Amino acid sequence: MRTTRFIVPAAAGMLAVAGLAGCGGGDDKSDATAGGPIVVKATDSACEVGTTEIQAGQVTFKVTNSGSKVNEFYVYAAGDRVMGEVENIAPGLSRELRVELPAGTYETACKPGMSGRGIRGALKVSGAAASVAPDAALTDATASYQRYVQSQTAALLTKTEEFVAAVKANDVAKAKALYPVARTYWERIEPVAESFGDLDPKIDGREEVVEEGMEFTGFHRIEKDLWTTGDVSKDGAIADQLLTDVKAIVAKANAEKLTPLQLANGAKALLDEVASGKITGEEERYSHTDLWDFNANLEGSKAAIAALRPALEQRSPDLVKQLDTEFANVETTLGKHRAGDGWKLHTQLSKDELKELSDSINALAEPISKVAAVVAR
Amino acid sequence: MSERSEQGGGVSAPSTEEPRGLSRRRAITLAGVGVAGVAGVAGGAGALFGGGDQASATEVAAGAVPFFAEHQAGITTPAQDRLHFVAFDVITKDRAKLVTLLQDWTAAAARMTAGKDAGLIGAVNGVPEAPPDDTGEALGLPPSQLTITVGFGPTLFRDAQGRDRFGIADKRPAALADLPHFAGDALKPELSGGDICVQACANDPQVAVHAIRNLARIGMGVVSVRWSQLGFGRTSSTSRDQATPRNLFGFKDGTANLKAEDAGLLRDHLWAQPGDGPDWMTGGSYLVTRKIRMLIETWDRSPLAEQEQIVGRTKGSGAPLGRRDEFDEPDFAAKGDDGEPVIAETSHVRLAHPDQNNGARLLRRGYNFVDGSDGLGRLDAGLFFIAYQRDPRKQFVPIQTRLARNDAMNEYLRHVSSGLFACPPGVRDAADWWGRALFS
Repeated sequence: MRTTRFIVPAAAGMLAVAGLAGCGGGDDKSDATAGGPIVVKATDSACEVGTTEIQAGQVTFKVTNSGSKVNEFYVYAAGDRVMGEVENIAPGLSRELRVELPAGTYETACKPGMSGRGIRGALKVSGAAASVAPDAALTDATASYQRYVQSQTAALLTKTEEFVAAVKANDVAKAKALYPVARTYWERIEPVAESFGDLDPKIDGREEVVEEGMEFTGFHRIEKDLWTTGDVSKDGAIADQLLTDVKAIVAKANAEKLTPLQLANGAKALLDEVASGKITGEEERYSHTDLWDFNANLEGSKAAIAALRPALEQRSPDLVKQLDTEFANVETTLGKHRAGDGWKLHTQLSKDELKELSDSINALAEPISKVAAVVAR
Repeated sequence: MSERSEQGGGVSAPSTEEPRGLSRRRAITLAGVGVAGVAGVAGGAGALFGGGDQASATEVAAGAVPFFAEHQAGITTPAQDRLHFVAFDVITKDRAKLVTLLQDWTAAAARMTAGKDAGLIGAVNGVPEAPPDDTGEALGLPPSQLTITVGFGPTLFRDAQGRDRFGIADKRPAALADLPHFAGDALKPELSGGDICVQACANDPQVAVHAIRNLARIGMGVVSVRWSQLGFGRTSSTSRDQATPRNLFGFKDGTANLKAEDAGLLRDHLWAQPGDGPDWMTGGSYLVTRKIRMLIETWDRSPLAEQEQIVGRTKGSGAPLGRRDEFDEPDFAAKGDDGEPVIAETSHVRLAHPDQNNGARLLRRGYNFVDGSDGLGRLDAGLFFIAYQRDPRKQFVPIQTRLARNDAMNEYLRHVSSGLFACPPGVRDAADWWGRALFS
């Protein structure tokens, strides 16, 4: 059941690992899914993967969501490096993931409710061992992160469309529920988005960054109306403009190839976002959904580091260990503030709890600030 | 460029080499200032700089204080003009990480007190992709007599939940007993206590701030800043060469302080002696800090005679009431024509004087602070009190108990922060580090 919409991401995945397959020898390109796709049964509490030991090569997963929550499916390499993912699998639907997997140990994960670490399972891929030359590792980092960006922008577009539709339908409750979800995809790739100058303030500008003669638009304008007056009946044009701007930035982001150095700096920039805007509650001053952004920034930072991981492991294994420890520490600390599938409001956290989060981000951001120099050398 | 910006890769260990720009001879001479009290080298600056060496006071103030010594610098070191004090909470449970931090801090402090960058690479000599290992605001500034002094709080040994996080609870000195509640205390928990303190003093505020900022950065993930305090205008002299300064009440403060030159008194009242407690503290000293808000505006409206009665000294010369000169001993028995004591029973000088406290003395080296204003149009100002001693149970606690009960000055004071720390002995050499004996 191969539909055209999967061809583009799958092609990107193949490009990414083409070099690896070459290293492993030419006759290893057998399709592990010759007998049909690996069936994944996802529910709200389980993630059953049909086969957990497969041969290296191209693999297809068919993920069926029979739960009540929107689900996601991931294949992770060490350090939660995303090898492939499908987002936004609505209840009752099936979607396919095609991914090229060299030999190694992986994890599969379903994420009912699209949050948290997900329901994990081991996946063992055997065949010729993959060995990656240092430069190839960096080249692969770029392609790997590009896959991530493309998965996020696709979901960003979908969720923004839903959010805009709710705003235009004056469905305040639905718009409020969708607001932090749509922003999650934005916040995960914020440094990429921010690199496109004037679009960022139009989409994500806070009230005080609006200059004289410029209109206050975008997510935060609608946030203000949703949470202060509860009246978005006049926001139709602003909502339309938001969608137009998001479409424009998605097209640009998908075309963008970030260098490994940009990835390293992006990983740090995402934590800077947390430290300067989310811990303080400045970002989501009306909705107080800052912890959603916090988590998304953290995930985005981790994805960028994960893309760099093979290169970092070759060049500075101690730094990788330190990053793993500190990422885990932030996740544990932040994890205390989960509420259902989402997060507590910023206003529900005590000063001590915020300080604890701030300390954990500082502990992670210092080693992350050293990644760029490791990549550059 | 200055020596701070010329530290490219070649240096591999915290070294005792003199900072560039100072001659070897000058460095040794300046070093004499720092150890005068410790080694009992008598005499003041005149003697130290005799023999035709015409070092000016300005040069001394810009120079370096030796880091490696029997006792930590920053205690008997002639009090510098500026303070940045910080109390940290330790946020790791990993003893090895804490030990590594203390080693890293020691190396960075040895470098910074010598006028060098905090890290081996420096503020501007690294690769462009890496954040510099020194923050850079002290580039081009001389050592400025920077001292960095470290102390360990009671909660490092056993935290508020009673946990012995680092396996050192049995090494807690008895003298590091929690301070009691004193009458009138209005302590804010978030401004009090702390697992580790660092006192940075320098004659240039930027140098002091640079030191604390870089140490806090090195400590990310291991320690977290709990509270910190900037101070200006030393309020005590710790050497006979220094004139007695004034606090924000306008009075001379610290006239009867322990001084670096009083070797015998320092042994009896300042340094922990063999047998006092655990060996790791021998040669160390106990630090009490109190942030004391002064109600400046109401004080300023009180008559001169009342102010002098409260303090027990004249405002001009600092002489005890009824005497002529600042350093005259107060006569607590003297009565005025009205039959009342010349120095009131509730005066600060009487209640705090060693003669009234079984001879207990402190080495004070506090600083004035002004933290802006308080929203009611009043200065948020006062004294950041710092006192070192051999045993707080016999020194600060009884003295403060009397003051808290009876001091007429209390009407104008609010104690808002309190800290207690065991400051270990000095770091001996490049292989030694703060707390080595405690953690070994």
